[in-house]
Amino acid sequence: MPLTIIDLIRRLAGREVSAREAMQGCLDRMDQVEGRVRAFLSCDREDALHQADAADRALAAGVTHKEKPLLGVPIAVKDLIAVRGQPLGCASRILDGFISPYDATVVKRLRTAGAIIFGRLNMDEFAMGSSTENSAYQPTTNPWDSSRIPGGSSGGSAASVAAGETFGALGSDTGGSIRQPAAFCGCVGLKPTYGRVSRYGLVAFASSLDQIGPLARDTADIALLLRSIAGWDEMDSTSVREPVPDYAGALDCGVKGLRLGVPRDYMVAGLDPEVRALTQSAIEKLASLGAEIEEISLPHTDYAIATYYIIATAEASSNLARFDGVRYGRRVEGGDPMEMYCRTRGQGFGAEVKRRIMLGTYVLSSGYYDAYYLRAQRVRTLIRRDFLEAFKRVDAIVGPTTPMPAFRLGEKLADPLQMYLTDIFTVPCNLAGICGMSVPCGFTQSPKLPVGLQLLGKPFGEAELLRVGRAYEQATEWHRSFPID
Amino acid sequence: MAEVNLDIRYIGHLARLELTSHEEELLGAQLGAVLGYVRKLEELQLDGVEPMAHAVRLVNVTRPDQVQPSLLSSEGLQNAPAQAAGLFLVPKIVE
Repeated sequence: MPLTIIDLIRRLAGREVSAREAMQGCLDRMDQVEGRVRAFLSCDREDALHQADAADRALAAGVTHKEKPLLGVPIAVKDLIAVRGQPLGCASRILDGFISPYDATVVKRLRTAGAIIFGRLNMDEFAMGSSTENSAYQPTTNPWDSSRIPGGSSGGSAASVAAGETFGALGSDTGGSIRQPAAFCGCVGLKPTYGRVSRYGLVAFASSLDQIGPLARDTADIALLLRSIAGWDEMDSTSVREPVPDYAGALDCGVKGLRLGVPRDYMVAGLDPEVRALTQSAIEKLASLGAEIEEISLPHTDYAIATYYIIATAEASSNLARFDGVRYGRRVEGGDPMEMYCRTRGQGFGAEVKRRIMLGTYVLSSGYYDAYYLRAQRVRTLIRRDFLEAFKRVDAIVGPTTPMPAFRLGEKLADPLQMYLTDIFTVPCNLAGICGMSVPCGFTQSPKLPVGLQLLGKPFGEAELLRVGRAYEQATEWHRSFPID
Repeated sequence: MAEVNLDIRYIGHLARLELTSHEEELLGAQLGAVLGYVRKLEELQLDGVEPMAHAVRLVNVTRPDQVQPSLLSSEGLQNAPAQAAGLFLVPKIVE
């Protein structure tokens, strides 16, 4: 059983272990499991150990974790977040060889907190996908069953945490890309409220939906990571000037008296029976801990996928226009600029990215804009209203993160629409701009695969989610299960 | 919502994507299926519902017009596919 971040900090502070040993431990673990898991696209080992040595020098000089809460803690990063001097590829051929000239704000903040930033974690190309099979380089496998996908798009982030290759990771979540892989791999993943965490240095997929968030082994670690990365940033005009609470301080308040809503629209036909049963018993557990459970309704849930795949692809088609072979990335020469753009993009992007650019271009095109894009934006208003209405009655919402456990590699690749439908419980949260977290809530019988419980919270209600997650975790052992020998 | 009427080649042109004939065929079928699915939004009565572009109310953010540190031009050019004399090099545009 690998250490949590909190465990590691205690040992670093007590000089039981050095930052170099912790970092080397991650690298050794990678040597042991990467042949099978393939969570990392690359890793600059020398740079990682160099940072670890610097952390050890700081510890020796008397710097404490009070001053630098993550001093000496290795954190790995999804391949769409900029780390100065390191590759940034979005798991796409079109960015082959790109080196970041600057640090993303989240990376800068983790460095300020003392963390060791290492590795480039695999993902679906440009975060478009739910299985990490859309990586241009390699599929990542689920640490619990290598014939299955780890989820996506932050599949490398979730698999590396679950397999013990890092203490924590950063991912991004546009329609479930942190919560769904966290559920499939058996770790904790949090999508913060829109505007909670700066997106500066995150390669944009759908700008009104994207958020960076942490993945780790338990909620206490998530609280620590979120505290370090959250907060207003002058480099991101969509980040919000909302004070960052002491998430760790509020963790152990329990759930007594908290009102939790269970959406009847999430416990629908099509929900895997084992997932349903595990979700149900997790809800009963929360009730036994003192939470008040109430059935609620989110009546527009059934329209969320259609709304999402119009809005997200529309924004993506616009954001990805920048990859034209002029200023960075791959270029395929042509006789004139138009030919160069078309060839560069035609050869540089993978199938799913092209599909979404095409869809987004279509729904924004003259004559179709009102019928698709504008209509979807109106439905988005209804979806947000559903949540705001529910939050008048309840403090947080609980339900399944995914309709089924991790599926097999290749199982849904041939049918994009079937793949999109697996996001049903996670996309409404992004459309509404609220926060959500997945915590482990048990395993299917055979094969043994992790299942995630999703907690959804009010705008800037991350502290309540962490509190509920923590109470559940304290009363169960699921988060202590570990997949690989 | 209009009938799903997809001119894949035209959309590919708008998106600046060179597609093989195989891709055109496959994308045509797949996008047709997705667009067929999203037509379920037609079931909803949306009169008077405001469209939502964003979850947080956005205000225009400006700062004083003062020079601040930014990327060096060498850093801005470090990932360029082709460059000359501190500039990005592109195919000839004007005859």
